[in-house]
Amino acid sequence: MTHFAAVVLFAFFASIVFGITQRETPRRMIRYGIYCFVLFVASAIALSWIMFLIAR
Amino acid sequence: MRPLLVPGSLFPALVRYSQKGMATEENKNAAAGSDAQPGPKSASQPASQQGFVYLPLIVGWLVPGGGHFLLRKWGRGALLGGSILAMFALGIAMQGKLYAGAHDVLDILGLAGDLGNGLLYFVSRIAGWGADQVMVTTADYGTRFIVVAGLLNVIAAVDAHNLRTGRKS
Repeated sequence: MTHFAAVVLFAFFASIVFGITQRETPRRMIRYGIYCFVLFVASAIALSWIMFLIAR
Repeated sequence: MRPLLVPGSLFPALVRYSQKGMATEENKNAAAGSDAQPGPKSASQPASQQGFVYLPLIVGWLVPGGGHFLLRKWGRGALLGGSILAMFALGIAMQGKLYAGAHDVLDILGLAGDLGNGLLYFVSRIAGWGADQVMVTTADYGTRFIVVAGLLNVIAAVDAHNLRTGRKS
């Protein structure tokens, strides 16, 4: 399993739990879950690039 | 004797939302146990809202999603249980480490996270699943997956407790 695949799986499952537990209505749960997923993956990609540029 | 300073008496704005939200008569009855104070409201409550108030919290900790199943929130329980179970299984499949002892601070934190998995952790320890030492890169990911699955399970169990007390609908 690649690091990116692990990140995506982690973000997917964590976002489901965050969405259900942090919001009350199903519509808001879905929206918050998607928001968390995008934030997880985007921040992982951004941090990866930062670490790559620092390590060069 | 009446207390001199009641929270919120001088500065009502300082009363936290949670204090206001939890101080309803219905929640007081629920916290005391509906069997202890049978009133006109307890008869109209559904079966899932009666009994020991901390039961969904304990069941939710022991079995991922169990607290929500107990409250008849089938969809939420299935999604929570499935997600936590999948994260835990992925962690084990990646040869993640199950923390067994507390030798330093990081081990204590890891053990606390693992214990959040409830029965999954104990069954895995008995069955001998999980690695004793991290040998490959994916095992490090797996260790984090197992710890985070435990922490998410604690969040889910607290959510079930909030549903039970009426703090969340």
